Amino acid sequence: MEKIIQGKAYVLGKNIDTDQIIPAEHLVYSLSNPEEVKLYGKYALSGVPPDQGGLPAGNIPFIQEGRFDSDFTIIIGGPNFGCGSSREHAPFALKVAGIKAIIAESYARIFYRNSVDGGFVIPYETSEQLNQLINTGDELKIDVESNTLENLTSKATYTLKPLGDVFSIVEAGGIFAYARQENLMAQP
Amino acid sequence: MAQTITQKILAKAANRAFVDAGESVWLNVDILLTHDVCGPPTFDIFKEEFGADAKVWDPKKIVVLPDHYIFTANEHAHRNIDLLRQFAKEQGLENYYDVGTDRYKGVCHVALAEEGFNLPGTVLFGTDSHTCTSGAFGMFGTGIGNTDAAFILGTGKLWEKVPESMKFTFDGPMPEYLTAKDLILQILGDITTDGATYRAMEFDGEAIFSLPMEERMTLTNMAIEAGGMNGIIAADEITERYVRATSSKPYELFISDPDATYHSKYRYDVRKLEPVVAQPHSPDNRATVRSVQGTKITKSYIGSCTGGKLTDFVMAAKILKGQKVSVTTNIVPATVKVALDLECERYDGQTLKQIFEDAGCTIALPSCAACLGGPADTVGRSVDNDVVVSTTNRNFPGRMGSKHAGVYLASPLTAAASAITGKLTDPRDFL
Repeated sequence: MEKIIQGKAYVLGKNIDTDQIIPAEHLVYSLSNPEEVKLYGKYALSGVPPDQGGLPAGNIPFIQEGRFDSDFTIIIGGPNFGCGSSREHAPFALKVAGIKAIIAESYARIFYRNSVDGGFVIPYETSEQLNQLINTGDELKIDVESNTLENLTSKATYTLKPLGDVFSIVEAGGIFAYARQENLMAQP
Repeated sequence: MAQTITQKILAKAANRAFVDAGESVWLNVDILLTHDVCGPPTFDIFKEEFGADAKVWDPKKIVVLPDHYIFTANEHAHRNIDLLRQFAKEQGLENYYDVGTDRYKGVCHVALAEEGFNLPGTVLFGTDSHTCTSGAFGMFGTGIGNTDAAFILGTGKLWEKVPESMKFTFDGPMPEYLTAKDLILQILGDITTDGATYRAMEFDGEAIFSLPMEERMTLTNMAIEAGGMNGIIAADEITERYVRATSSKPYELFISDPDATYHSKYRYDVRKLEPVVAQPHSPDNRATVRSVQGTKITKSYIGSCTGGKLTDFVMAAKILKGQKVSVTTNIVPATVKVALDLECERYDGQTLKQIFEDAGCTIALPSCAACLGGPADTVGRSVDNDVVVSTTNRNFPGRMGSKHAGVYLASPLTAAASAITGKLTDPRDFL
């Protein structure tokens, strides 16, 4: 597990649902065939209405035309991030696109579980409305051990909520790695 | 210690006498449900983690119901069905309902009920967020992702945080213009789309227990739209009659203790409620139909796990009998059984099928169809700036296809009345 996550912020609004994260028509691709997996990166966040993508300005594409990954590393969202369907394709698509962490005020349960148990992205919670304070393109640095977020562009520092019970699953890299570590299932 | 019905069912599944809200417990799973969108990646993870030749924990407890992308020319969608078929064969899954055979059922949440998999007191996990639908049967049902489902496939267990419960009591006899859809949209407007996150939504009261199972399923189905972990209604005589007609398996009845602890309690008098819609683009964007009546629509859609059951079509037929629709109106039965029932069930001397055909509706084959947009050739998929009135469960941007379309979620009565006029219309105008 990386101790420091650093990269550019992509800022979104509230209630970002899984249809916006990966529209249902794209759920047909394989999640194991490497060529098809790239398509999940290509279409990640393609359901977000353009003026609501890359706030506060909006109309900033998450994935540039012709590419399969993003220039952004950390998503800043509002409340109820990942609401809607159970599709694990959603945190998977964000990971394929290059996202390592999401920072939001709250998460829908299934998206949160999928992010943690699948080991795709780290879902941090914050009590501040960071999507009002951070601009898309700001250079951010998360210190995983101290739960702090530094905005290297604006020089502001914020405290993230500790991951609590799920930290050990995140640290292990997912529920299977955790279960083996805790002897809940046989070693491979 | 006093417990809610949800606590009692989870305690039983954890081999405990008592579980407290907020504690994480390992549960023994009674049924795992999956479908064509999430089945193939779940099976891949299972093989990767447990071994290419590994066997599932109990082939009788896995139910595979392809339903999402069935009637499409999309080759990737076809390949996913092939992958389900192959895994079902390898593992000897007797509860696989193959496409293109007489075993095909349709929308999984409705088919689970019809096929007798919903048993009071049991624990169901499914790779679909609307797995909460089954809570109408006094059982625990919730949605999970592929990784969690693969874990269950190999072990028969999963950890879950015991939810706090919220109680919603509906007093009074249901007026004929009001439906379960109006009740759940009422709640969503009050508590918003994250008002029940990580909690159980328990429904109670005279109005609830007067409803047939299909209408109860509409309520529990949309618990996820408030972020709920599960929706639940204690089983009564109506539940037991349905269950005995579909299954010979044993089940156990649980009810909440009178002094159980709730996160919050809401109480409604159904005689004071009105038909409502959820306006674009969120299921909690509630308005009374009267307040938005006259809004022009381009399509009406009656279908899905929420609004494609026989009772939904009986309600629509009451309004559409002897009328003509003025916009494209898609009738999408949830399952093959519902589709067959449309040919037998009569209202005022005519079969429902005849009523819909005479009114100018299009009847599609049973599947999830355009509820979630689907591949480009999906029946009823929204295009361009469509304005759709729909009995489905979600109206997020782009949900039914076009990112530029707007979807009004409504009851089958409202969707049918609006189909006739081409404008959002209160069903009381036709009743």
